[in-house]
Amino acid sequence: MTRPLHIGFIPLVDAAALIVAVDKGFAAAEGLDVTLVREVSWSNVRDKLNIGLFDAAHLLAPVAIASSLGLGHVKVPILAPFNLGLNGNAITVSAPLHAAIMGEIEGDPFDPMATALALARVVAARRRRGAEPLTFGMTFPFSTHNYQLRFWMAAGGVDPDEDVRLVVLPPPYMVDSIVNGQIDGFCVGAPWNSIAVDLGVGLILHFVSDILVRAAEKVLAVRQAWSEKNPQVVDALIRAAFRAAEFIEHPGNRVEASRILAQPQHIGVDAEIILRTLDGRLKISPDGTIRQSDRYLLIGREGASRPDPAQAAWLYAQMVRWGQAANAAEALRTATAVFRPDLYDAALGQQGEPTAAPGAVGAFAGPPFDPDDIAAHLAAFDIRHRKS
Amino acid sequence: MGAESSPKIVIVDESPIRAAILQEGLREAGYADVVHISEMQSLLSRIYALDPDVIVIDLENPSRDVLEQMFQVSRAVRRPIAMFVDQSDSASIQASVDAGVSAYIVDGLKKERLKSILDLCISRFNAFSKLQDELDRAKSALEDRKVIDRAKGILMKLKGLTEDEAYVLLRSTAMREKKKIGEIAQSILTASELLK
Repeated sequence: MTRPLHIGFIPLVDAAALIVAVDKGFAAAEGLDVTLVREVSWSNVRDKLNIGLFDAAHLLAPVAIASSLGLGHVKVPILAPFNLGLNGNAITVSAPLHAAIMGEIEGDPFDPMATALALARVVAARRRRGAEPLTFGMTFPFSTHNYQLRFWMAAGGVDPDEDVRLVVLPPPYMVDSIVNGQIDGFCVGAPWNSIAVDLGVGLILHFVSDILVRAAEKVLAVRQAWSEKNPQVVDALIRAAFRAAEFIEHPGNRVEASRILAQPQHIGVDAEIILRTLDGRLKISPDGTIRQSDRYLLIGREGASRPDPAQAAWLYAQMVRWGQAANAAEALRTATAVFRPDLYDAALGQQGEPTAAPGAVGAFAGPPFDPDDIAAHLAAFDIRHRKS
Repeated sequence: MGAESSPKIVIVDESPIRAAILQEGLREAGYADVVHISEMQSLLSRIYALDPDVIVIDLENPSRDVLEQMFQVSRAVRRPIAMFVDQSDSASIQASVDAGVSAYIVDGLKKERLKSILDLCISRFNAFSKLQDELDRAKSALEDRKVIDRAKGILMKLKGLTEDEAYVLLRSTAMREKKKIGEIAQSILTASELLK
């Protein structure tokens, strides 16, 4: 019997496993009749998932956690039995800010500590001459983009709440906003960094994989209550997404996958831009400079699709660090339990490769992450939200 | 002006017609203090400057995510809370999502008052969708008429039919093939293009 499902997504490259699962028939082969619903905001995806208009969704990992904790919004327990992508974001800055950072940099321009320290000097110089603080765009208060920008700049001594402005902007508006000077840089997922570079309005300063070796980005999210009532459907969804991720990661399929994703009802941009993202070969400057990384976006390879509870704990720690959540053992348990490798393993049997190094967030600054002692871990960082 | 006398309502909507319909509905219901924002640039600073009690935004607007920032620890003077926080009223949440509208309120506004504002927004949004549908249907009916007239002309010329006979031929073919007359007419136009 075919099971009709409505799944919401935002047109971003890391929705690939869901889109390909439907387009290539992996979902149908599992007995699922999936209607993908393209959405314009994370708020919409979250609300429609919460009230049951969507059975599942492509969701920012921190939104799944925030929803389960009732942060900023209604408390609806959400589960993530499948990770749709690791990494995939980048920090893009305007040409003037790029020049300013490069003017101050000491060391390797791809070393995030070197750029963060340079940014701190740029910020200090602006303050001395009474210039407006720099403004950075990110996609949502509970977003990896928000935490990654903050983590990076704070490591160089820039307080993201005091020294610069961080504003939420829908990804399609990032490019315009950098053109008209509303923002000086942004952190966003693919394909938006490449679009800014292609239009000649920005330079990619960092891949997020420079900042964190493994960063859980989007998850396949379902309501806990729905999941408990429909265990076979959840299994089928995991298997379909797993096959799709395998398909996408096969280098011989990348061109076809890019074409599927590029279609107007999916992401609706040039297939070539999507191919760059999947291949991790990005044009980082309007002058044509290419930078290659095998860590730019991971969809399934290196165990990327298996949810790692330590990643959920890291995201929760960022919520605590920046004052979005109080540090509480109970909340940490709830946050960690959002990521469900057990459901993933149950659905895939022997096929799910266990994560080689679970919990390896691999941040460029600070001590190794300890999910069991968030307070001690955060104490190692000078810049963090302090109760006023 | 305090929230209890006449709450200040901001409508965030890129559709000027829908915003006008909503604005009119709110004014009729006695809400005099209504401001429409159609420009999404610097949305948050505009909202902070207006300092509204209620914000209404359509769900097709990507800037909904921008509003989420208002619930964060920030320098904002007032902290709005989301409509959806009222979990006791799932029917009204459903109705508002179906209608495509979402409302945010600032702490302190009575729930009953927001309910009446939201109900009004829902009905006006639904009225607008109905209007839009009718307009789309009228447009496509007009399009069909043009296509049918041209197809009739081709049939009259090729087969030496009168206008009435050409129409009857189109209609009977449509009935036999279980298609719309407009579709049959379109295929005649396409065929005649190909055979030119």
